[in-house]
Amino acid sequence: MKSSLPLPDYGRYAGLRRRVGTLFNYFLLVLIALMTVLPFAWMFFTSLHPPTAEAPTLGTLFRPPSWHPENYTFVLFFPELKVWRFAVNSFIVTGGVVLFQLTICSLAAFAFSRLHWRGRDVVFFLFILTMMIPGQVLVVPLFLIVEKLGWINSYWGLIIPAQYLSTAFGTFLLRQFFITIPPALDEAARLDGCGELGVLWHVILPASKPALATVAAFAFIWTWTDFYWALIATHTSDMRTLEVGLSIFNVSYSGTHYPLRMAAAVIVLVPVLAVFLLLQRYFVRGVTMSGVKG
Amino acid sequence: MDRHRNNYRGYLFVAPAAIYLAAFSLLPVLVAAYLSLHRWHLLKPAHPFVGLGNYAQLARDPLFLNAIRNTLIYAGATVPLGVVSALLVAILVSKPLKGVGFFRVLYYIPAVCSQVALSMIFVWIMAPEIGLINYCIGGFNHLVQGLGHAAGADLSRLVIPTGTDFLKEPGWAMAALVALGVWVGLGPRMIIFVAGLQNIPQELYEAAEIDGCGRWQKFRYVTLPQLAPTVLFVAVTTTIAAFQLFTPVYIITEGGPQRTTDVVSFHIYREAWQKWEAGMASAQSFVLFAMILLVSVIQLLLMRKGFRQEVAS
Repeated sequence: MKSSLPLPDYGRYAGLRRRVGTLFNYFLLVLIALMTVLPFAWMFFTSLHPPTAEAPTLGTLFRPPSWHPENYTFVLFFPELKVWRFAVNSFIVTGGVVLFQLTICSLAAFAFSRLHWRGRDVVFFLFILTMMIPGQVLVVPLFLIVEKLGWINSYWGLIIPAQYLSTAFGTFLLRQFFITIPPALDEAARLDGCGELGVLWHVILPASKPALATVAAFAFIWTWTDFYWALIATHTSDMRTLEVGLSIFNVSYSGTHYPLRMAAAVIVLVPVLAVFLLLQRYFVRGVTMSGVKG
Repeated sequence: MDRHRNNYRGYLFVAPAAIYLAAFSLLPVLVAAYLSLHRWHLLKPAHPFVGLGNYAQLARDPLFLNAIRNTLIYAGATVPLGVVSALLVAILVSKPLKGVGFFRVLYYIPAVCSQVALSMIFVWIMAPEIGLINYCIGGFNHLVQGLGHAAGADLSRLVIPTGTDFLKEPGWAMAALVALGVWVGLGPRMIIFVAGLQNIPQELYEAAEIDGCGRWQKFRYVTLPQLAPTVLFVAVTTTIAAFQLFTPVYIITEGGPQRTTDVVSFHIYREAWQKWEAGMASAQSFVLFAMILLVSVIQLLLMRKGFRQEVAS
């Protein structure tokens, strides 16, 4: 903030002071970066230690008696807790949620931004209102509803009800983006014979890729890291997602086998980290759109 | 023009999301309200109506009141620490330095990570023998003893006992959860503050400079008042999230030691899925809902007040 202004020259040492200030700022940046990264580094390096070894201290972390990358294959194909199966489940569930939410959110956002119908503002207000409901209120009734539908311990049960919070959020975010697209483009497409669905598909969606990526990114992260619902809605080992599987793995080996548990944790983290690093600017957009303007 | 007529296609387009939200968001709230008026054991066939009995019982239940108290303690510590730390870091990464973009991305990483994995790391940080904190205390003790030896003085008073199992110590276990909450939420809070800082008109700083304001005065009289709505927003969202703390408690402390980290969400989880009392759990979840609504209403009132002041001045 301050340093973005031209600094008045306070004297002969202004340049030196500025350089010391810059150095100090970088010192702080690196310090906070270390606090962010060190726990992950510990996790990664521990996962390469001998599988039954004591957990390393900071002193032995970077020089284990021997390196064991095979910990990863061991964990993935572990006989009792099939981590590869958890991973497959997580990908199916997350992919399903992203597709499902993008579809219903963009349809609704189109209705809220492009079509005029009676009661639109009331319905939009109700959508926003659902964002206020805490997950804890929903979980027990959702369990009973999903049980009635026969979806307990199934992909349906994991995909359909799990993201109850992001539908309103996704619709809101997409609507905010859709209203910035010039209506003249719609009219051109209508003259070419497009119906409303055609306008959405051929005009709005191609012009909204950043907003769609934002919604997809949030849906991915929230589903991948969802713990509570995935814990309640499944009860057999082969339907667990990675996040729940990891907690079971952790409990099964509590106090021992640190390297194996950390290898499992790294397996859970790598996909979210990859998605985050690929789509990080869309996260920033989503957070600021919902935050400052909302 | 027909675009201002009632376009029935609007209902078709909004229907999937509207039906979805009605079925999996509004209906569950109604069901929860219904459950909360019954003594509803998930494994027993009879579900007698008890009216507001569950709520009356909660008001006198020391364990539930303890859970509310723990939740308030957690939020009371996490919100100020989380807001202030994020604001300071946001100011740092808003400076025109090369590479700040990289650091912003880096600081965001914990927020997208698996809470279970992060909780597992925190168990290590707090662990008695091998943990990071005890390791650092050990290093500090070595340093103190070395210095004492070199100076020929007895510094053993300064030696801190190591081997503390922090997660078994009532105060420390809560402190660990607070530290995790501040650390995990830093990125999103920081990003909102960065956007808020960018929205402050540069002319205000220039005017303040002409008036002879120093660095602190500019922060006090330009940045803070301009950023007040953002601070309020971040404080409220952080509070709401803090009220719903669950996964770290489940993984790290399971409510212990001596119920000092038994927060409301975790209490509800145990009520529903270990005691199977769905009715009581629903009543508890509505108390949590009311707490969240109260915070949101306070936010609205404060925003309106701020708006009026702006208009008046």
